[in-house]
Amino acid sequence: MGDWKTVAVPVLSSDSKNIFQYTSEKKISPPNMNAQVLRLPLPSSKSMHSFFSAFCTEENIEQSISYLNRELTTLGFPSIYAESKGKELNLISIINCMNELLVLQHKNLRAQEEVEMQHLKLGSDMDHLQNCYAKLKEQLELSKREIVGLQERDRQLQSKNRNLHQLLKNEKDEVQKLQNIISSRATQYNHDMKRKEREYNKLKERLHQLVMNKKDKKIAMEVLNYVGRADGKRGAWRTDKTEARNEEQMYKVLLNDYEQRQKQLLLENAELKKVLQQMKKEIISLLPPQKQKPKERCEDGPVLSDLEEDIGEFNKENMWELSCETVREQLTNSIRKQWRMLKNHVEKLDNQVSRVHSGALNDKDVISREDHELETEKLELEIQQCKEMIKTQQQLLQQQLMSPCDDDTTLLLQDCYLLEERERLQEEWRLFQEQKKNFEKERRSFTEAAIRLGLERKAFEEDRGAWLKQQFLSMSTDYKHSENVTTPSAFIGSKYLVQIILLQYAFSSFYL
Amino acid sequence: MDFSELFKLSGLLGRFSPDGKCLASCVQYRLIIRDVNTLQILQLYTCLDQIQYIEWSSDSLFILCAMYKRGIVQVWSLEQPDWHCKIDEGSAGLVASCWSPDGRHILNTTEFHLRITVWSLCTKSVSYIKYPKACQQGIAFTKDGRYMAVAERRDCKDFVSLFVCSNWQLLRHFDTETQDLFGIEWAPNGCILAVWDTCLEYKILLYSLDGRLLSTYQAYEWSLGIKSIAWSPSSQFLAIGSYDEKVRILNHVTWKKITEFEHPATVTNTKTIVYKEVEKSPSVETERFSFPPTRALASSVFSTQSKYDISQVPVSFQYIKPVADRANPKMGIGMLAFSPDNCFLATRNDNIPNAVWIWDIQKLKLFVVLEQLCAIQSFQWDPRQPRLAVCTGNSKVYLWSPAGCVSVQVPTEGDFQIVSLCWHPSGDSMALLKIEAVKMNEVGDIYLY
Repeated sequence: MGDWKTVAVPVLSSDSKNIFQYTSEKKISPPNMNAQVLRLPLPSSKSMHSFFSAFCTEENIEQSISYLNRELTTLGFPSIYAESKGKELNLISIINCMNELLVLQHKNLRAQEEVEMQHLKLGSDMDHLQNCYAKLKEQLELSKREIVGLQERDRQLQSKNRNLHQLLKNEKDEVQKLQNIISSRATQYNHDMKRKEREYNKLKERLHQLVMNKKDKKIAMEVLNYVGRADGKRGAWRTDKTEARNEEQMYKVLLNDYEQRQKQLLLENAELKKVLQQMKKEIISLLPPQKQKPKERCEDGPVLSDLEEDIGEFNKENMWELSCETVREQLTNSIRKQWRMLKNHVEKLDNQVSRVHSGALNDKDVISREDHELETEKLELEIQQCKEMIKTQQQLLQQQLMSPCDDDTTLLLQDCYLLEERERLQEEWRLFQEQKKNFEKERRSFTEAAIRLGLERKAFEEDRGAWLKQQFLSMSTDYKHSENVTTPSAFIGSKYLVQIILLQYAFSSFYL
Repeated sequence: MDFSELFKLSGLLGRFSPDGKCLASCVQYRLIIRDVNTLQILQLYTCLDQIQYIEWSSDSLFILCAMYKRGIVQVWSLEQPDWHCKIDEGSAGLVASCWSPDGRHILNTTEFHLRITVWSLCTKSVSYIKYPKACQQGIAFTKDGRYMAVAERRDCKDFVSLFVCSNWQLLRHFDTETQDLFGIEWAPNGCILAVWDTCLEYKILLYSLDGRLLSTYQAYEWSLGIKSIAWSPSSQFLAIGSYDEKVRILNHVTWKKITEFEHPATVTNTKTIVYKEVEKSPSVETERFSFPPTRALASSVFSTQSKYDISQVPVSFQYIKPVADRANPKMGIGMLAFSPDNCFLATRNDNIPNAVWIWDIQKLKLFVVLEQLCAIQSFQWDPRQPRLAVCTGNSKVYLWSPAGCVSVQVPTEGDFQIVSLCWHPSGDSMALLKIEAVKMNEVGDIYLY
């Protein structure tokens, strides 16, 4: 029973349109339940009443029930009749069916909502994709046009480049040609110049001959009197010796100059070597030893060990003096290597610093700016304190030296100074006493010796006098006795002389 | 700064004696010797003809006056004013004359450079040097006066002869690989001789005292070459100024170029100081005008004061491109001078004639540029300290030292165009020469600008 009767319902005018709409729609396509369901909004309560009363009236109750039963059974619900063919309605099954229908309605509504949502979403996605597509198409067009333009430009530039190359080659060729022309002209001019010069020389020679031949009495020097040489010496002849001396002088001058220059260069070299050594030491101290060693060892193991050996060697004093090729090269090479290591290290630090600035503070090697500033402040404070300390110390020192200190300290000081001096003086006094004793002894012995000498001298004088007397007597009387007398007396005399000489010698040594 | 009176002088011949006690100047045929401190005339000598050249002997006892037209050289003694000596070259003619370093021999170059005659004042001997080269600097003496180098040319080849000055013995004679030798100059240490070629060929050769060729330097080919050279006082550097507006410095160890100094028309380095001379307009009060105008007023009206301003870098100079078809064009580095302490080098680029460029040799960089209003006529370093005196043909003398720069107006009536100046050997005063007059000025302390 799909036909619906148009039922005129005595309802409010406002609802009539709705109802008619609904009923007319129902007439159009009853099986198309879904469409109908979509278009049908839930009616308001008033219209609901009228809507519901439009289906089942008092006249067609049974028909409506049987219709409903048919529909429900086709939908899979249990029959609403109590029995299969009876007219009694199973209330429970009706209620269950109603409940099921309601649940179904809810489900359907939900599904509808979801489907609507999805539909909307899909619609918007589609719009979006269409927009994107349109834009991309535009972009593609633009890019294609650009590419074409760029290709054209590239072609033009290439052709220009080729032209320029060609021009350059032409210019170079022209330059070469001009240079050749210049050189050929130059040789031609030189040749002509030489020819003219030879002619000129010939003229000069001729003129010179004429001038010399004329024996011009006028070419002379008249001077009042000849002046002495500037250095006051006389003029010398020019001989081979002077020539040789001049050569020698010249070579001496040259050698002096070279020696001076060499000295300067040696000094400079020594200075530079010292500077290099210092630099090397400082670079080594700057490089962090732990990090570098394992890394470098795996890279150039033998090199570093050699380096370390070299370092040890070069720090010896005598290495500085060597200036042979290999030593120099080793020094410069080692410095270069270390400089490179230092450079790498500094670059690493730079990277770390830049990373810190960009936010990565995880690296514990890097000191943050604030810490650094704190450190510097602390150090400055320390420096200040140290300076003050030094100042106070200096002042104290000055005070001590200049102004008189209080009595206790002076006394103490004086005491200790005096003690030292006293001990020294005592020592010296002892020595002096000893020496004095020695001198006394010697003086006594010498005085005794002097007394003895005096006595002996007296005896000698007496003897001499006696001898002279004898001589005189013997000479005047007999000559024979002279021989016998002279030798013993001479001998005695000489003995005495010797003694005197010895004593005198002893005296002189004593006095010395 | 004190200025002396104006003395008349002809031919730009004003010379201080080497011991610094006297100033010689000549007017026409008269030679006037003045005392430097009091400017009193000590001696007055009369020569036979107009004097063209005067030179003091090295011990300041004698002075020679050369008269090229008559071919006569007259020598006067300061100790004995009655002593006279006249050397007459007769028909041989005279082109140049100079003293030997011992002050007792005179070297005369005869006309057409036929020969150089060495006249001795001590003995009756005369020596001849044949085939001397007719060039700008053909004779060079070492600083200690022991050796003399003479450039010669025989059979279209250049030679150099080295003589011992004490007895004029020929020490060495060697040929040089130059096309046309232009000049020779000894290094101040007396061991190296620089020989350079004509401007058509850039070539400079360095010979040792014993005649060995030490090195050759050639910067480029074909373009005009060397215009001027200067040795540094310690002989460490040789500065070569060339026509391409550059100065190249060679070092004495390897004789290779260590740097080249360019003289562009625009200076852009911010570390260079550029002093620009600007005119101060003179202020004249109208009430003080009187007729006839007093001398001071006249001079102050006509002479414009000037001072130095420091220009901001970059600065452009007035660049003159000379006419291309003339010989010896006014381009390139025409003047070069080292300061006595070896620290500065002053140069002038003839293309930029109003500027003096001062280079710091310790840093090998441009230090100062002095830009003047008129073209530079000459500049000279103080013989004792790094102080440069510049004259530009007007009545001002400009002094530069590392402390500053000052322009000094010479108090004179009318126009006083200073074209040349020379320092006293002690550096205390200098003589400013203009055509027809000479003026001495004492140089006091330089005040900072």
